[in-house]
Amino acid sequence: MYSQGLIGAKTETTEDESFLAAFQARIDAEEKIEPNDPMPVGYRRTLIRQIGQHAHSEIVGMLPEGNWITRAPSLKRKAALLAKVQDEGGHGLYLYSAAETLGVSREQMTEELLSGKAKYSSIFNYPTQTWADIGAIGWLVDGAAIMNQIPLCRCSYGPYARAMIRVCKEESFHQRQGYEIMMTLARGTPDQKELAQDALNRWWWPSLMMFGPHDGDSQHGDQSMAWKIKRFTNDELRQQFVDSTVPQAQYLGLTLPDPDLKWNDERGHYDFGAIDWDEFWRVVKGGGTMNKERIAARKKAWDDGEWVREAVLAHGEKRKARREAAKMAAE
Amino acid sequence: MAKNEIPLWEVFIRPRNGLAHKHCGSVHAADEVMALQAARDVYTRRGEGVSIWVVPSASIVASDPDQKAENFEPAASKIYRHPTFYEIPDEVGHM
Repeated sequence: MYSQGLIGAKTETTEDESFLAAFQARIDAEEKIEPNDPMPVGYRRTLIRQIGQHAHSEIVGMLPEGNWITRAPSLKRKAALLAKVQDEGGHGLYLYSAAETLGVSREQMTEELLSGKAKYSSIFNYPTQTWADIGAIGWLVDGAAIMNQIPLCRCSYGPYARAMIRVCKEESFHQRQGYEIMMTLARGTPDQKELAQDALNRWWWPSLMMFGPHDGDSQHGDQSMAWKIKRFTNDELRQQFVDSTVPQAQYLGLTLPDPDLKWNDERGHYDFGAIDWDEFWRVVKGGGTMNKERIAARKKAWDDGEWVREAVLAHGEKRKARREAAKMAAE
Repeated sequence: MAKNEIPLWEVFIRPRNGLAHKHCGSVHAADEVMALQAARDVYTRRGEGVSIWVVPSASIVASDPDQKAENFEPAASKIYRHPTFYEIPDEVGHM
């Protein structure tokens, strides 16, 4: 979700040369940066933006799949999908906690998501029309997420790297359950196979867009690479994803919707067709099918939860008062 | 902490008996009962532990990173505190 996390990040920073050089030396020595360490303002701001947007992606990512929980075709599939969606909620929480170590509050991040100031991955603005979409999302969307997240386990910022290690361990189940759904459909009736192919056709290009703009068009890539927030460029990760996914699609007997896709012996990689960047930017900027609905759903959850947030604080106060009264009585 | 923000707790988990509790992250909760519940839901979905501690983040006193050198560098030069500093002939056997 994840290379898109840098969208809107401002990497410029104003410290003097010697401070920046000392910081860079720590980064180059592969030292982890921890919450209270001195760090450039730009580094802090970039991480808050990226980790916050990564967290938002996990939380908003619960919505397209949540759409199918009650309609999963068997109890086994329903239990697995519930567990996956719950994991995504958990991943959002690990990431919010990591961002909070940089001095931003949970409330502030939530407000930025709801106001549209902070983004989340464009992929979640596509609708989940059929059960096969749940298979395609697990296989492709979680597959792309893993590709992006594995290098983040070595990110220079300690709390982010540690959160990513937990996330990656859990994410592998997501991709495998998705691929298994696709496999079951692809080996089923002609109608079921058709459903799987249709889902693949709709999710393939948006999955490639998850890696973010081309390296040449990515404004913040260089500084993020130097600070070792990012370890590989968007295009490197995208290529890696294509190379590992093509044989998986072949195994399913499904066709990737790209007539230009072919093995290039010279490069040792698959060549693939041009990505529709107009569509990408339209969706990032709010013009996707589901943008309005996703934010409306998050806003409803936040507003409907207001009395709960108030109640738990009041309950906490009440318990504390009771405890103190009991202590006084005992003395 | 601003008004109406739900307090932050640090979560420590003992993976199994015999091992120490280890820091694994944090949760927001209004009191310790809800903090334990949230920690259980967020951090132990796959058998990660047998015991949880939660501590209000505000209660943790940390060393100052600016004093890192002052605090910890003196230990680096005191190699005579390590067993490998002392040469014992092989004939003596394992010691």
